[in-house]
Amino acid sequence: MNPAVLIASVYVFALAAFLGYQVISRVPPLLHTPLMSATNAISGISLIGSLVLAGAGSSRVAHMLGCVAVTTATINVVGGFGITDRMLKMFGKRKDEGKKTPAAEASK
Amino acid sequence: MSLTTYFMEATYLIASILFVMALKGMSHPETARRGMFLAEGGMFMAIVGTLIGTHIMTWGWILVGLTIGSIIGIWMALFVPMTSMPQRTALSHAFGALAAALVGVGEFILHGSEMGAITRGALGFEVMLGALTTTGSLIAAGKLHGTIHGKPIQFRGQNAINLIIFLTMTGSFVYFWMHPSVIAAFYTMLGVAFVFGVMLVIPIGSADMPVVMSLLNSYAGLAAAATGFVLGNNVLIIAGTLDGFSGLILSILMCKAMNRSITNVLFGGFGSVIAAASTEAGGVMREISLDDAAMQLAFANRVIFVPGYGLATAQAQHAVRELGELLEGRGVSVKYAIHPVAGRMPGHMNVLLAEANVPYSQLYEMEQINPEFPSTDVAVVIGANDVVNPDARDNPNSLIAGMPILEVDRAKSVIVLKRGQGRGFSGLENPLFFKQNTNMLYGDAKSTLSHLAQAVQHV
Repeated sequence: MNPAVLIASVYVFALAAFLGYQVISRVPPLLHTPLMSATNAISGISLIGSLVLAGAGSSRVAHMLGCVAVTTATINVVGGFGITDRMLKMFGKRKDEGKKTPAAEASK
Repeated sequence: MSLTTYFMEATYLIASILFVMALKGMSHPETARRGMFLAEGGMFMAIVGTLIGTHIMTWGWILVGLTIGSIIGIWMALFVPMTSMPQRTALSHAFGALAAALVGVGEFILHGSEMGAITRGALGFEVMLGALTTTGSLIAAGKLHGTIHGKPIQFRGQNAINLIIFLTMTGSFVYFWMHPSVIAAFYTMLGVAFVFGVMLVIPIGSADMPVVMSLLNSYAGLAAAATGFVLGNNVLIIAGTLDGFSGLILSILMCKAMNRSITNVLFGGFGSVIAAASTEAGGVMREISLDDAAMQLAFANRVIFVPGYGLATAQAQHAVRELGELLEGRGVSVKYAIHPVAGRMPGHMNVLLAEANVPYSQLYEMEQINPEFPSTDVAVVIGANDVVNPDARDNPNSLIAGMPILEVDRAKSVIVLKRGQGRGFSGLENPLFFKQNTNMLYGDAKSTLSHLAQAVQHV
């Protein structure tokens, strides 16, 4: 990795950290469990690194390590998104039934 | 760059944007689900982009991994009960971290000799964080699931031993960084990191799990971000960083909700020290009969339910909702008060109650609900203990002094549903149980609540 690429990567990291802080601190405690499972599914993007390892090189060992990594990352992506959706569906249903405006949503 | 590479990079960029939009949607329950569809789309595009844009030589291993992973993933998505959400999440931290660590090891095997110093440093972080998060999360999952005993495991000289392990780990990291040709240093680091993960989590009790879960979440994310640095892949850096910071923010929130520092959670060994130091609150606990409790509830104007981990273990979320609906049918105002660290992971109680069809407009955070307790007729505490312990507020010598609590003791009357007369998880005596206006109702929360519901119907 040459220094120019490193600097660009550090920029990406710093901006993502800032953006993440801004966005995530607005998530109400109500949704903290789905948040955790969602960010987990999203960070399952390391699947793309695993795919390359499992298929691209020529080393047998690397392929096998890659295969395990693809498996666990896929579990996270498929299971994570699936379970997050299941949870969020529960929060969506029976929204008000003529109740007054939800006070819980006006977090802080 | 070839056309397919451009295509791949384009899918990565779009995926990054969609991920951020998805998390933005999380700021409200109404928009959260739509946001997640965006993230799913982004993920799918990035995967397709990678398969098209990289020179894949052998498809066998990829297909095997994708198939097994999808089957297990779908099974999890469909069948894991909401009460098991903490251990499921801990397990997924382990999986994510393991993927990162394995990709790191693979990179080392393939390109270890030609790596520059910067890449080597990132690789070291990736493998170290990945490995320790894998074993740490597995232990956490085991404790949450009950496979491993939830009590903290501690022994003399524990911190010293941990320090030695930590130094060995970082030492071999530095050695590997300076002498990349010494393969043994790399694998020593890997092995010791696995051990360190175990040592890090075994001294921590189940009640502190919300903090540990959030921390491990953060580590898993940072390991993924480090992978991005090693592979020079920006979408990995972005997604990993978002995950890492989300975990960090949650850990800070959880620590605040317990009035403790992260170091204290990790090295304090909370649960075991306390048993010796707890104060003896005087007085007797008054028991109440089911019928009397039902009478109180049925003729109340305002009732607040305070669920704790006991509700989850008793699977009583549906029973409490039924009782709540019956009371509402009688014109009683029903609310639910949720402490930030109630349960075993952030937001655990909200998910359980949502599963039981309690509308989220009835779920209140601590700061919102506390001013309402004095005007509440009956507060019903279900399997919660430390989060309603008035000692935290009143007794500066208490070991949980300063921890923000739900002030149920200010309600006109309190009914505590409890399995038995024993102390709570931390072993602390709770003066709330001895107060004049507190009545105890012993038994399994689920059956007690459904009996209460029946009794209310007959009032």
